[in-house]
Amino acid sequence: MSEGNPLSSQPAANLLALNFRRGGILDGIFKNLTRFSAFIVFAMVVAILVSLWLGALPALNKFGLGFLSSSEWNPVTEEFGALPAIFGTLVTSAIAMLIGVPVSFGIAVFITELSPPWLKRPIATAVELLAAIPSIIYGMWGLFVFAPLFADHVQPWLTDNLGDIPGIGLLFQGPPMGIGVFTAGLILAIMVIPFISAVMRDVFEVVPPLLKESAYGLGSTTWEVVRHVVLPYTKVGIAGGIMLGLGRALGETMAVTFVIGNAHEINASLFMPSNTISSSLANEFTEAVGPTYTSSLFALGLILFVITFLVLAMAKLLLLRLTAKEGKRS
Amino acid sequence: MNIYTRRRLINAANLTVSVLTTVFGLFWLVWLLWTLFDNGLQWLRPSIFTEMTPPPGNEGGLWNAIVGSVILTGVATLIGTPLGVLAGTYLAEFGRYSRVASVVRFVNDVLLSAPSIIIGVFIYEMVVVTTGHFSGWAGSLALALIMIPVVVRTTEDMMRLVPDTLREAAAALGAPRWRIISTVVYRASITGILTGVLLAVARISGETAPLLFTALNNQFWTTDMGAPMPNLPVVIFQFAMSPYEDWHHLAWAGALLITLSVLIMNIVARTVLRPRRREK
Repeated sequence: MSEGNPLSSQPAANLLALNFRRGGILDGIFKNLTRFSAFIVFAMVVAILVSLWLGALPALNKFGLGFLSSSEWNPVTEEFGALPAIFGTLVTSAIAMLIGVPVSFGIAVFITELSPPWLKRPIATAVELLAAIPSIIYGMWGLFVFAPLFADHVQPWLTDNLGDIPGIGLLFQGPPMGIGVFTAGLILAIMVIPFISAVMRDVFEVVPPLLKESAYGLGSTTWEVVRHVVLPYTKVGIAGGIMLGLGRALGETMAVTFVIGNAHEINASLFMPSNTISSSLANEFTEAVGPTYTSSLFALGLILFVITFLVLAMAKLLLLRLTAKEGKRS
Repeated sequence: MNIYTRRRLINAANLTVSVLTTVFGLFWLVWLLWTLFDNGLQWLRPSIFTEMTPPPGNEGGLWNAIVGSVILTGVATLIGTPLGVLAGTYLAEFGRYSRVASVVRFVNDVLLSAPSIIIGVFIYEMVVVTTGHFSGWAGSLALALIMIPVVVRTTEDMMRLVPDTLREAAAALGAPRWRIISTVVYRASITGILTGVLLAVARISGETAPLLFTALNNQFWTTDMGAPMPNLPVVIFQFAMSPYEDWHHLAWAGALLITLSVLIMNIVARTVLRPRRREK
């Protein structure tokens, strides 16, 4: 900027040079400040991992890999195993996905293909508001409103009609308590629907109109366009969205804590109480006495963090592949 | 003709299912909100805002918890916003396509998807164990840690929407980098960044899990950040899980209060500017 300087008088040039230098110093300060903030974000995640690891170490040393496969959870004899909590976490999340994914798909199809334009925004916003409601509200609603209704009207019917079928009947046996694995899974499903449907909607919108119009031009119905054009084009993105939703479901705490029943048991029935990793932490962390008990809870936390990390990494990978493809085509 | 009818029927059936799933999704929203108003509105009395949380069987309000929540959220916002905005600035302006930036971006997404209870456990070990007691500071730090990745993500997205020609125009006038960013880029993206901050505040104001082992709870009035801090979500949790009728009533009133404020923040954020969602 000193080149071709229109100012010829010496003081003015000095001032300019001074200004330039000051700009350079401030630039350095500002750049390092932002870099430092970015570093803090990085350091925090590393610190979380290290602190969970250190906290979990005593339990992992004591129980070894057996911690993952033991279903013992006895604070009195100080024997702990993660299997019931891991089982509960995976089963509730699986139920959430079984219900949540098809519903999210339907909502995304409705918003992108069917809805009249004036209705798109309100419906999309309303679905997203489901994600804004604090999870503790879901928990209260589940415990006080949904569980009693479910226990009185739905559960007995399911047990009577499906409970005797050999095989899957096992899933529906047990006392009608309202709370339990199924209720937790259903509430998780409602909570992940906005996340999954938002991603699906976004990826549906990147399908080039030309492709869809060509299919319509060949005489396809709307469903055939969705099934044979939109779905194949966006399948990777859809998988990424499902993974993001799964990550949410695995880590959700409060809503599950209210309705899961807090029992370290593995049951075939969906109507029995159980526990997830996050609800064990919420229920027991402040009450845990003795280093082994606390450390076992840390180990549970570490397992949860690793699981959600893997799920997120998979989601990112899938969505990255989608954007890479997008880049090549344009 | 036969195959034609069949295709039409399949189409109609599937599209009907699609409409039904949308109704299914909205049904829960309506049911939840209706439950909240039905149970909460009658207990939302003036005494909620004047009296403290009572022992079981006594009359009382939620005033200490409301104030505690506002303080915790406020301090968390004061910590989280500058940090998040600066880190987002680094990613959008200085880091961009560098390897460091992509690592930070990935790590930020890890933090964004980390279960909030894990954040609580982490702060418990870092702050509560080190200082020896539960405190408001610990609670605010946990909330800030949940807020930061949201702010980082939206700040970066919003700053990247500012066209490079604007930056180049400012650079051509001789402005140094920090001036370009502060007077041109920030100004062009400020509504988007504020929307992100507001959404982040809305998210943390309903968070319960990270406060359970950090701020804990307190039956009494306090504004001392060094002591356990009363806060609305944990009070709702404890009161709802208790066997006492009148505690349940207060929990419903608190639940209605917290949901309304979160929803209002969300709607304001969405109407001021709709942030472009990008899940990469």
